[in-house]
Amino acid sequence: MASGVKPRVKVPKTAAAGEAITIKTLISHKMESGQRKDDDGNVIPRSIINRFTCDFNGENVVDVTLEPAISTNPYFEFEAIVPEAGAFTFTWYDDDGSVYETSKEIAIG
Amino acid sequence: MELTRRKAIWMGTGALIVAGLPIRGSAAVEDVIAAFTGGAPIGTGDIKLVAPEIAENGNTVPIEVSSGSAAEILVLATGNPTPSVATFKFGSLAASRAASTRIRLAGTQEVVAIAKLDDGSFVQASSTVKVTIGGCGG
Repeated sequence: MASGVKPRVKVPKTAAAGEAITIKTLISHKMESGQRKDDDGNVIPRSIINRFTCDFNGENVVDVTLEPAISTNPYFEFEAIVPEAGAFTFTWYDDDGSVYETSKEIAIG
Repeated sequence: MELTRRKAIWMGTGALIVAGLPIRGSAAVEDVIAAFTGGAPIGTGDIKLVAPEIAENGNTVPIEVSSGSAAEILVLATGNPTPSVATFKFGSLAASRAASTRIRLAGTQEVVAIAKLDDGSFVQASSTVKVTIGGCGG
């Protein structure tokens, strides 16, 4: 359904152990809200990402439920603690059943 | 009264403000809040909602919610066809109970954030955003 979906995340390459870092994420997605109408006046069906999660080594950082009122190309910025070296995993769940996943390694240093 | 161009513009602006603030969807908003809080009373306090005073384009309005001890934060746009915007749940590795995102607003309205604190109580903050171009289509 949704085409050209591309997750982007910005995570620092290194951090001190226990440090709080800021993570920025954006996924290209047209997020059809189900409120718009096409040229013939028919409602365009809803097609959005309904859930976003961020985990670090299996532990949860944030879990966001998205509704149609989130804008096109959903953007999130939040802070996470880095207790050890490892990888952040970002997962987006689409209405059509697709799951988009990306991960970023972070080193202690 | 002498009708100058300046006065005509002010009268037009006043009419727009009156017409632009209908009370819409309040029942739906109450339903969503009740589903989140389970009917518990909502206080004020440890929550902050940052939203622009004026948004030229309702399609991408940047907002930021933060709270010192929230387990979950619910964001509502009270004037949208469907008031729910998002629910943030913070896990064990969240460094701060804060998040920023961009939302869609159908028109000038109040944006509300309700946090469920770690002790089980609820607090609320709200902010009115003036929207010049709506973002929900239709």
